[in-house]
Amino acid sequence: MHIMEGFLPTPWWQIWFAVSIPVILYGIHKLNRLVKEKREILPLLAVAGAFIFVLSSLKLPSITGSCSHPTGTGIAAIMFGPAITAVLSTIVLIYQALFLAHGGLTTLGANVFSMGIVGPVVAYLIYKAGMKANLNFYLVVFLATAFGDWATYVTTSVELALAFPAASGGVLASFTKFAAIFAVTQVPLAIMEGAVSALLFKYVVNVKSDILVEMKVIEESVVRKLRGNSA
Amino acid sequence: MSRKLELIVLAILLIFAAQFFYMSSTTDAEYGGADGKVEGVIQDITGGTYKPIAEPIWEPPSGEIESLLFGLQAAIGAGIIGYFLGYYRAKKNNENDIGYKSKKKSECEKQSL
Repeated sequence: MHIMEGFLPTPWWQIWFAVSIPVILYGIHKLNRLVKEKREILPLLAVAGAFIFVLSSLKLPSITGSCSHPTGTGIAAIMFGPAITAVLSTIVLIYQALFLAHGGLTTLGANVFSMGIVGPVVAYLIYKAGMKANLNFYLVVFLATAFGDWATYVTTSVELALAFPAASGGVLASFTKFAAIFAVTQVPLAIMEGAVSALLFKYVVNVKSDILVEMKVIEESVVRKLRGNSA
Repeated sequence: MSRKLELIVLAILLIFAAQFFYMSSTTDAEYGGADGKVEGVIQDITGGTYKPIAEPIWEPPSGEIESLLFGLQAAIGAGIIGYFLGYYRAKKNNENDIGYKSKKKSECEKQSL
């Protein structure tokens, strides 16, 4: 999902910066306010950020015979919303760009847009819709995080296709080529990410559901039901 | 406590692990990074004319160093997750044990942070 350093020509890398920067700034603003109002969420924020750190460092083999990595952004998106997740993702992406030559500083805007914005927004919307529909909580977390992960890789394919339209067939033809690498490789990884995210959520609900209820992430009645099931 | 979710997750991971072991021993797939493959497609589309507009400032000098830094990233993250989940768990158990929670919940919440 990382677009490598230098692999987005002008004007595309500037365009993605222009799109991402306002979201990151809004995220920083929201984060400051949240931390000021509720200091007790800090450990949870650290856990969500650390989860992105772990998952985005694991390059896993996929059925296509190549490796890719999950994003881990779904948990943060569900707990804190997409804007704050964009800030957390930016930190991880800068680390990887500076120390691992993974992604890059010119492509940072595009990578933040796919991993920190589109993926989390998709995860967040699926989570809200799923909870409204009264589906099983862990199933909703699984779906939200898996599709969020997958949406990130589809977005990367779109970003590359826009920057490199094929001579015959244009943007759509190149999208098919990029998606063949990213979107297909990512399917099993997205499933694994969804499963592991659901598991982490189970542990957080077990030990610290009151903060989640207070932040309106999950309703008291759902917690009681989950406790009842797992007791 | 029910372990149903753990079993489901374990089953999913094992299926993919088994698939990987089977495929890597029967085919000669390279398992290179998908991120790197894109370079080839870009050269394909542009007819090999695209020159990257920037180079990474610093690159890990070898695959070993790269693994080190990736491993470090995962270790930092895993450490933080384990620390705080353990912290919450112990706190919750203690609160239940001594009935501390109902008495001074708000006060001890503040102090603990």
